Amino acid sequence: MARSMAEGMIAPDTALVRERQSPRYVLQGRAPALQAAGRLLGLDDAPALLRAATGAGGTALRLGPFELLLLPQADDPAGIEAALGAVPHSLVGVSDRNVTLTLEGPWAARILSGLCPLDFAEHAFPVGMATRSVLEKADAVFWRTAPHRFHIEVWRSFVAYAENGIREVARGITFASLAI
Amino acid sequence: MSGAFRVSGRGRVDTARPVSFRFDGRTIRGYEGDTVASALLAQGQHLMGRSFKYHRPRGPISAGSDEPNALIGVGEGARHTPNLRATQVEIHKGLVTVSQNRGPRLNFDVGAINTWLAPLFPAGFYYKTFMWPRGFWDKVYEPVIRRAAGLGKVATAPDPDHYALHYAHCDVLVIGGGPAGLTAALAAGRTGARVILCDETPELGGTLLSDAHSRIDGLSAAEWVAKAGAELKALPNVQVMTRCTAFNYGPHNMVALNQRLTEHLATPDPAMPRERIWQVRAAEVVVTAGALERPLVFEGNDRPGILLATAARTYLNRYGVLPGKCAVIVTADDSAYRVAIELAEAGVRIAAIADLRANPDAPVVAEAKARGIVVLPSTTIQKANGNLRVRSVELAPVADNGRVGKGQRFVCDCVLMAGGFTPSLHIHSQARGTMRFDEVLGVYLPDRSVERLRSAGSCRGLFALQDVLDDGAAAGLAAAKAAGGGDAERPAPRVTDADAPGAGGFAGALPRRGLGSLALAFVDFQNDVTAKDVKLAVREGFQSIEHIKRYTTTGMATDQGKSSNVNALGIASKELGRAPQRVGLTTFRPPYTPVTFGAFAAHARGDQFDPLRLAPADGWARAQGAVFEDVGLWRRARYFPRGGEDMHAAVTRECSAVRTAAGIFDASTLGKIEVVGPDAAEFMNRFYINAWTKLGVGKCRYGLVCRDNGFVYDDGVVGRIAADRFHVTTTTGGAAGVLNMMEDYLQTEWADLDVWLTSITEEWGVIALQGPKAREILAPLVDGMDISAEALPHMGLKEGTIGGVPMRLFRVSFTGEVGFEINVPSGRMGAVWERIWAAGSPHGLTPYGTEAMHVLRAEKGYLIVGQETDGTMTPGDVGCGWAVSKAKPDFIGKRALALPALNAPDRPQMVGLLTDDPRTVLEEGMQLVRAPEAPAPVSADGHVTSSYYSPALGRSIAIAMVKGGRDRMGETLYAPAIDGAAIKVSIVNPVFYDTEGVRVNG
Amino acid sequence: MLLIACPYCGPRAEIEFAYGGEAHIARPGPGVTEEEWAAFLYLRDNTKGVLAERWRHSHGCGRFFNALRDTRTDRILTTYEMGTPRPDIKEGEAA
Repeated sequence: MARSMAEGMIAPDTALVRERQSPRYVLQGRAPALQAAGRLLGLDDAPALLRAATGAGGTALRLGPFELLLLPQADDPAGIEAALGAVPHSLVGVSDRNVTLTLEGPWAARILSGLCPLDFAEHAFPVGMATRSVLEKADAVFWRTAPHRFHIEVWRSFVAYAENGIREVARGITFASLAI
Repeated sequence: MSGAFRVSGRGRVDTARPVSFRFDGRTIRGYEGDTVASALLAQGQHLMGRSFKYHRPRGPISAGSDEPNALIGVGEGARHTPNLRATQVEIHKGLVTVSQNRGPRLNFDVGAINTWLAPLFPAGFYYKTFMWPRGFWDKVYEPVIRRAAGLGKVATAPDPDHYALHYAHCDVLVIGGGPAGLTAALAAGRTGARVILCDETPELGGTLLSDAHSRIDGLSAAEWVAKAGAELKALPNVQVMTRCTAFNYGPHNMVALNQRLTEHLATPDPAMPRERIWQVRAAEVVVTAGALERPLVFEGNDRPGILLATAARTYLNRYGVLPGKCAVIVTADDSAYRVAIELAEAGVRIAAIADLRANPDAPVVAEAKARGIVVLPSTTIQKANGNLRVRSVELAPVADNGRVGKGQRFVCDCVLMAGGFTPSLHIHSQARGTMRFDEVLGVYLPDRSVERLRSAGSCRGLFALQDVLDDGAAAGLAAAKAAGGGDAERPAPRVTDADAPGAGGFAGALPRRGLGSLALAFVDFQNDVTAKDVKLAVREGFQSIEHIKRYTTTGMATDQGKSSNVNALGIASKELGRAPQRVGLTTFRPPYTPVTFGAFAAHARGDQFDPLRLAPADGWARAQGAVFEDVGLWRRARYFPRGGEDMHAAVTRECSAVRTAAGIFDASTLGKIEVVGPDAAEFMNRFYINAWTKLGVGKCRYGLVCRDNGFVYDDGVVGRIAADRFHVTTTTGGAAGVLNMMEDYLQTEWADLDVWLTSITEEWGVIALQGPKAREILAPLVDGMDISAEALPHMGLKEGTIGGVPMRLFRVSFTGEVGFEINVPSGRMGAVWERIWAAGSPHGLTPYGTEAMHVLRAEKGYLIVGQETDGTMTPGDVGCGWAVSKAKPDFIGKRALALPALNAPDRPQMVGLLTDDPRTVLEEGMQLVRAPEAPAPVSADGHVTSSYYSPALGRSIAIAMVKGGRDRMGETLYAPAIDGAAIKVSIVNPVFYDTEGVRVNG
Repeated sequence: MLLIACPYCGPRAEIEFAYGGEAHIARPGPGVTEEEWAAFLYLRDNTKGVLAERWRHSHGCGRFFNALRDTRTDRILTTYEMGTPRPDIKEGEAA
């Protein structure tokens, strides 16, 4: 973890951090479009369903059969459009729509189990898995970037609700909770 | 020694750790490990509460969660919890408890007069007695009944504790940590499966902790429990939760557990949740819920001092407490004999064992007799005497023909009932399981379930300990395998010195001598339902057990008939002259035991109850002192009062500013969808009632969405960004619904189209800048863009930057003035807003809220979907018939809009209304009639949908939906008021201001 | 809470989904009679037993799909992609 662990500490060795704005795009289309986007990022193909993959040009999260969330290194929508060319697709910027929260630490998965019905055990939700689900009453994208680290995206207007919800669950998480 | 009834050397309480607590103001001493019930019994106190209806003195009959009588209030002030079972509440230092439903004192209760009035309170008495006079129910009967009946009182202050709710996932969930649960969890755990074992009590072991006789693998039962528990603890894939009750079995194996974390602690860590609910999704569930001993139904069976035989055994072996000095035991099976022997060993005098059976011949019976215990076969209990405590009983012989002979009095201070065992079917029943009647055991057993669960042990009618242990192991292994696990060594504990299984039992009311018409023999203790009530229900014609249950309320208390259902069934079966299997059992409802509201609410309280969505200018508006309103989940600025203005003054000022200078408004909450792809225009054509193909790039159009029933669903301005890209706006409330409807048609009807949808509601913050000076304010800020009326006319659209920030600029108006909607990335909207605000101040720029927005649009006769429309209005009804494309081959709503009924001349039509008195502002929702003096019922010609005071007109205005209204201009209607005379109104054009629409093009 | 196997994402909790009513109801063109249109809008089978119904994984991949659910037991026999025919499975046959 690059930043100081003291920042945003919400449970023992577990921190919640709101990340700065960064470029991101929703790319939708059929297989050739998703494949072209994967190649642009330096991947052989688009990631498999519910998986994230990172190449030299950035990361793609395969959130649905016809949908990628692109997190490119550089903010160059014209470059992406050029790479996709005439392949039918939809590229829409959502850099300001979503806000990223990073939840990192040994209690991260257990905290998420208080907010989301997904099974966050590593065998069920391995590193590299990414999916949309719910964070209590908000929509959220969950991407496990390391055994104890999650990249979470929520829509901007839900950020305070999501952060407060995570903090509330973290309070008391160490008492008699089940291992995930 | 803590209490005269405590025996040394028995029980699992820690006698080295005395604990004091309070009950009804008195200090009671007990030991760590005691419950409130065991500590009070150790003092010789059985009286712990008063009953629901008759205020009868009551003591505990059980030692667990099936307790119907000993309900107490626990904790003080805001932490007070009523109706907890004293048999489960663990004592700790500083614990404060009170008895309930007594007045004024537990041992002196004026409400107990109800017991003498019992003949007036038969089954269904609510329905029979309080029918008339009609008005008496609210004013007399209900308040009196509410005062007299009931249990504890809830705390009214906000709950200071916090609660939690978590999801959990496992291969095998084992419900119940008794003998079968332990072997099930061991068997499943050894395979490596993810196992959760929960038990409602503080310790694993269940009945084994009360069993001082059986030996397992050469160990005492308690020692074997400790060994099994240690093995489970060492398995990393097994998680054990005690004080954790499985209370609800939902569809697809989602089981809710209620874990109590702080209740047993004197000084819990404040960060600790008081309770936590686990929503467990289990691949397989093993139910090892055990069996509950049945009480016997006889006159006075509710007297304090009368309890279940197994409960007496638990108090002795688990808590080291004797139920009394001298006991009479009434039994219908062999199990009570071991209890008698153990109590006798501990110093209790056994006055007699009355056995309902003719020839009890198990070895344990001989063992009891050999100890000199008097055994009376073919003997029933006729009645128990005493008030606050049982003092004696009458035992009477039952002849072969069933006739009951003359009774004999036995002095005693406690009576132990052993009516046989009822398998606990609650969890199985909640899982929509069916039950079958077992003729041999005389009880219902679990049959089939639609869920992936299996029952094991005594909850499926196995009562011999060896069978129970083996059954649990088999079920645990089978469950692990069914969940995809491998094989493992199955636990095979060997039992020696086991008692004979608890075969036999009795269901129904015990035979008695004479009619006993006044006798109160309780079936359901918690709801005060007697045997007579059940009989009466049958006599009055109720045949179905479900109807008998509701008429008498038996089985409907919070204990869900744990102790009463089978006896009620026995009585009903006899009265109906039908075998029990032809009467059936009622459904058990969740929760298994009551759960606090705090646990259900968990994190969702206060500000976290619902998401509060904050618009990008929310912080700015707060700093300006705005008054807010909730619009869906959004918080929106309603108006911006200045210098003590009220809403009317503020809105008038804001409206005037927009009409004379300029106003600024945060319109970011409007839904926005980007429709992109080669087939985007074709999709728009099919989805909207309007035509889109000819809309040029850089142009906007007002679009209306209908459902296929032809009624208006949503509206909004749509801009064409590129040939293959539309920027669609929706209403604030309709955003999610429109996107879902678009996806629905796209994915299911028009899957061939190459077009995709992305929500951009939160990508773009929207600043509405409206008013005659809007252009002047904006022009210097837009980085060289020409926004003159010629370059950017009304309904034009340009992309560019504003202070270097990317912008989609829409020339649109919802006020009737020159208007711009400045779309910028939402994260940078605050900065753009500040720049516009600074530039606009010299021009009189004024922030306005949703209230002024409503007034301004109403002055222009612009509709709001959901205000003028109600899901039954066509585009034509709301004056948008012009938007319906005639050329398109199909669109959503086309067929329906061609129906004659949707084109009838008397359809409701959107019109304006002016009151005679310009100061009168109509109420929205008022009905409109032609003749207000006509006798009721009068059919309405329409209703008011929007009504405001218009600053621009200096008078009130309203919009209404009126039958055939567009052809009725000038006609007079009346709006009848709730108080006062009907208000006279005239029908007018709904465009009140700038009817020619000149200003918007300025 | 039901556990619904999205054909794309696998088994997920019911709160991620939105119900979409009975499946396999073809939307007729605008040339049909009033009666046919009314039937399309309003007439449903109200099946007691195995019902083909639409769901949308609205808080997941966003896709619509169909499910065969026994309305008596809530058991979901199978789920399948939009545009594919109703599988020929009867209650008791599904795993």
